[in-house]
Amino acid sequence: MSKGRFGVHGGQYMPETLMNAVIELERAYDHYKDDPDFQAELTTLLNEYAGRPSRLYLASHMTRDLGGAKIYLKREDLNHTGAHKINNVLGQVLLAKKMGKTRVIAETGAGQHGVATATAAALMGMACEVFMGREDTERQALNVYRMRLLGSKVHPVDSGTGTLKDAVSETMREWTSRIEDTHYVLGSCMGPHPFPTIVRDFQAVISKEIRQQLLEKEGRLPDAVLACVGGGSNAIGAFYHFIGDAGVRLIGCEAAGRGVDTAETAATIATGRLGIFHGMKSYFCQDEYGQIAPVYSISAGLDYPGIGPEHAYLHDIGRAEYVAITDEEAVEAFEYLSRTEGIIPAIESAHAVAHARKIAPQMDKDQIIVINISGRGDKDCAAIARYRGEDIHE
Amino acid sequence: MSKIQQAFARGKAFIPFLTCGDPSLDVTEALVCAMAQAGADLIELGIPFSDPTAEGPVIQAANARALAGGVTTDKIFDMVRRLRTKTDVPLVFMTYANVVFSYGAERFIRTAAAIGMDGLILPDLPFEEKDEFGPLCEQYGLDLISLIAPTSHERIRQIAREATGFVYCVSSLGVTGVRSSITTDIGAMVALVKQEKDIPCAVGFGISTPAQAAEMAALSDGAIVGSAIVKLCAQHGADCVQPVADYVRAMAQAVHALA
Repeated sequence: MSKGRFGVHGGQYMPETLMNAVIELERAYDHYKDDPDFQAELTTLLNEYAGRPSRLYLASHMTRDLGGAKIYLKREDLNHTGAHKINNVLGQVLLAKKMGKTRVIAETGAGQHGVATATAAALMGMACEVFMGREDTERQALNVYRMRLLGSKVHPVDSGTGTLKDAVSETMREWTSRIEDTHYVLGSCMGPHPFPTIVRDFQAVISKEIRQQLLEKEGRLPDAVLACVGGGSNAIGAFYHFIGDAGVRLIGCEAAGRGVDTAETAATIATGRLGIFHGMKSYFCQDEYGQIAPVYSISAGLDYPGIGPEHAYLHDIGRAEYVAITDEEAVEAFEYLSRTEGIIPAIESAHAVAHARKIAPQMDKDQIIVINISGRGDKDCAAIARYRGEDIHE
Repeated sequence: MSKIQQAFARGKAFIPFLTCGDPSLDVTEALVCAMAQAGADLIELGIPFSDPTAEGPVIQAANARALAGGVTTDKIFDMVRRLRTKTDVPLVFMTYANVVFSYGAERFIRTAAAIGMDGLILPDLPFEEKDEFGPLCEQYGLDLISLIAPTSHERIRQIAREATGFVYCVSSLGVTGVRSSITTDIGAMVALVKQEKDIPCAVGFGISTPAQAAEMAALSDGAIVGSAIVKLCAQHGADCVQPVADYVRAMAQAVHALA
């Protein structure tokens, strides 16, 4: 079996043209991950620039309202650029700089990863180009403007379905054409090895902090950690340091879209099967001939037909559970958290909030749930208003 | 000697590519016969994939048209069965790993060999992942074609050592598509392969004119042309057989004229 495997998942299913690039990245990462200077520099960036550690907030109104488990919110939405994406991006752009690269490229769905990459590129003096599905540039026009404001070039992608998977494909194509000076900042724990490992390591700061913060506040570990899953980077970050603790339930919340029994869904674990795509073996939504399915979710960030290989493995061995949350449930949770706690979550993160609303009432008052609020919801307000039949302009 | 290597035994090879089902499988069938008659030594049959990450816009669009027309792997297998009653030109499938994997790797490879295919090219299956399908291809007698690229450098030796059929030399960085010039030192790539193994090398990506084909074939054992042909199919639709045959004849002549 080749490198970068999580059970049968993972691997390096990439065009030959890019193989030396991923091998070079693997070597560089193996060196710098254990380099104290690199780690110190990254920690300074995370703390002083991105605003870490992010708060672990006791959602007392939500806890009281649901009447069951105590609910904590991990506030990744308070990071600079408004989401967990900055954790990975600061790590990868710093790594790229150490490797002598002068240009970064990235895919983006909702625009959060694109904005984070554009931000890190501005900070570290790198050229940056972002690929975004045409449909998403329309759904998330404000983020397109942000990226341009930060000095990046945004390429709308028209191929395929014009969403996140097509943005990933197009960024891979771009990387194939220009490798020497360019690093591909992949935004999720997916793609060919070493990306799933690199992204997980840079996002693992989330669970490292949750663990410390909860031990300080409660003197114990949580009973469940909830996070939304598209490719799965915020979830793997929130799960990672609890994988060895069998008593902590790890629950990934996928986007069911209009329902897992409809064609308009993006719930990979619920509806996909094993395949090989975008550099990895994992679960994918696909037809009987292996054609990748045109997935759908109200959330541009979860609108991806695959899932990172480590999640596929955690599912296989039963260590993590994956549930599907519909658009309607996510929108209700988006509104609910805004009203009860005064926190507007990203529509992606609202999928995790929705599941907490289902399970918290069934749990005891001395049990603890942590929900990873992976991003803030300002970017989603116009789309949610439209979903509710109100036409507002940003 | 495999049937693929026989294709190179007569001299330099001209290798056209087409996307199955663009514009229809009936036209694909007619195209293969016409290309064989026009001098094609080996033909690549593309099985369309929804997300062909190694392709440029021309072949991406052909994949999308073929899939929209309802083409499936099973229908393509049926077309090859019909073709094999008409021509014995060496044929290889070019597709993506998931098309093979999702069909059931063994079922796909066993069927492809049984209906008379000679090889399989998967641009998203590098040396490191060869074991996914390599042993099955060997078992059923299908050549799994290895690719080398301008960025392969020291990898060329290990790839060549285990290569079967022929080695596909990717001429340039980037995806498939017509290029005005090819700047890679193809001669050096081919020399590295030949130092390791006596196996034919054919150059693809970016070739569209008879002069380019002759130049690339002179540096190797053959020239592969995809996007330029797929463009003719897009332009002429159901009437593409004659223009494609004329084009293939001119290209094959340029390649075969090399001693």
